[in-house]
Amino acid sequence: MEFPEDRRYTETHEWAKVEDDLVRVGITSFAAEQLGDVIYLDLPEAGTSVRQGEPFGEIESVKAVSDLISPVSGEVREVNEPLMDDLDTVSEDPWEAGWMIVVAPDDPSQLEALMDAASYAEHCEEEA
Amino acid sequence: MADPTLFDISQRGKRCTRMPAPEKGAEELIPAQHLRAQAPGLPEVSEPEIARHYATLAAQNFNVDGHFYPLGSCTMKYNPKVNEALAADPGWARLHPATPEEHVQGALRLMHQLEAWLCAILGMDAVSLQPPAGAAGEFTSLRVFRAWHDSQGNTQRTRVIVPDTAHGTNPASVARCGWTVTVLESGDDGRVSPEALADALDDDVAALMLTNPNTLGLFEAQVLQIAEMVHDAGALMYCDGANMNALLGHGRPGEMGFDAVQVNLHKTFSTPHGGGGPGSGPIGVTAELEPFLPVPRLVEQDGRLAWDWDRPESIGKVQSWFGNFLVAVRAWAYIRACGADGLAQVARDAVLAANYIRASLEDVYDLPYPGACMHECVLSARTIAEETGVRAADIAKRLLDHGIHPPTMYFPLIVDEALMIEPAETETKAALDRFIEVMREIAREAAADPEILHDAPHSTPVRRVDEVKAARNPILRWQGR
Repeated sequence: MEFPEDRRYTETHEWAKVEDDLVRVGITSFAAEQLGDVIYLDLPEAGTSVRQGEPFGEIESVKAVSDLISPVSGEVREVNEPLMDDLDTVSEDPWEAGWMIVVAPDDPSQLEALMDAASYAEHCEEEA
Repeated sequence: MADPTLFDISQRGKRCTRMPAPEKGAEELIPAQHLRAQAPGLPEVSEPEIARHYATLAAQNFNVDGHFYPLGSCTMKYNPKVNEALAADPGWARLHPATPEEHVQGALRLMHQLEAWLCAILGMDAVSLQPPAGAAGEFTSLRVFRAWHDSQGNTQRTRVIVPDTAHGTNPASVARCGWTVTVLESGDDGRVSPEALADALDDDVAALMLTNPNTLGLFEAQVLQIAEMVHDAGALMYCDGANMNALLGHGRPGEMGFDAVQVNLHKTFSTPHGGGGPGSGPIGVTAELEPFLPVPRLVEQDGRLAWDWDRPESIGKVQSWFGNFLVAVRAWAYIRACGADGLAQVARDAVLAANYIRASLEDVYDLPYPGACMHECVLSARTIAEETGVRAADIAKRLLDHGIHPPTMYFPLIVDEALMIEPAETETKAALDRFIEVMREIAREAAADPEILHDAPHSTPVRRVDEVKAARNPILRWQGR
């Protein structure tokens, strides 16, 4: 398994990509494949505070409901609103068009504790 | 194509029953503000059309009287007809719950005996029959826990530990109780790991919810050590008793260190429950928790039974009247018919049937947690999926073509491509052998002709439904013509 090198990864299969002062967040292709067809997505509103390691939203597939876990603490600046009505994009393009929220981080160094692409690949091999 | 609805066959002016015309029109009998502007759009059909409509639908219904129904975690055992006959007796069925106590001593006696029998079966000190379903029993027990913690001044205890194999209702009950959930990852053997539990326990933990046997069909053999750890940490032990069918007459939650347990009468003690109810989820608790049980409590004085409402520490009521009484009647009849030896035989046969299936299929399907199981076995179609592209859902749908209800799929969540099979004790060896042969045949089909499975079922009134579209764009009522 190979994953984009330009972002960091959580054990719960979210990715976090630094874009200047902000962090863009989504779920990985591994997570999307495990979930199967997504039937419901609940994202927070812009302005909401999120905390690292705590749920910022919910995703439901035909198999299960899962929490979306924030990779970083901060304030939600942007939300991919159209995604909630275009759920196929979550599985078809999880790395780009399937992004979920953009966070203004309280402490960008939090991301250093997350996995890089190589460690995340190992993590997925273990779970698979 | 689906059968026409009553709206589709409706023809203007058709009636089941001709009533005499009222002497006055509706305009004169009903105040103007309550009159409809136009007639309601009710279907107009004759009585034989209605009878045939519902008889046709009923004949298509998949039911345990007609088919093997190994739906894991649901205990779809055959329900003896004598239970139905007893529950339908007008003496029970037409009893109004507000009838004065002195006129319903028989009904109260039945409930009192059932409470005592459940105490004996569960190894608990007191039982409340009030919760109307399993999840309601979980919620009621957690409210009792909360009231007990409050009485001890433990208001900082707001976290409940739930293993990752738990029924989805467990975390939901915790949330409804106003507490938060900590999910406990299972050990490599599919059971709670005492080491992981030790890490999760802290002085903010209110309880551990443990299903035993768990949803992998495995007995939590370290339950005594687990109970000691939880109690030493100042928390309480809750048993999800949904899988009680495996333990009847062999193991009692009270002796395993649990402080409360719910038992699903409709499953373990045989009430038809495929249609979503009514159920019954009585809870058993220790003597220390008894004062917090829902009101009213049934008490005996000088040989007379009465409802005691004077229970200052009670959490209050959780269901109207006294719970789902007619399910209690069926459970009473079932326990009375089986007796103690019969109940122990139920558990033995349920466990034997599940292990027979497991041992007969583990060379064709993956068995992620090897070894003997209890009343259900969890197989996985993972290797088949990797090799042929046929997934657990395809196998499940194909079973319908053979007149067999699918197992529970994709649960528990920690097993990929899970097929959770619970045969229950009421199947013959011939029925189990047929199921095993069909499952082996489907595995052969997956390799030889996977398209048959992707398109299954082929022989049902409704073919493969689009679950994704149904979930994304649900149509919940008739759309009109």
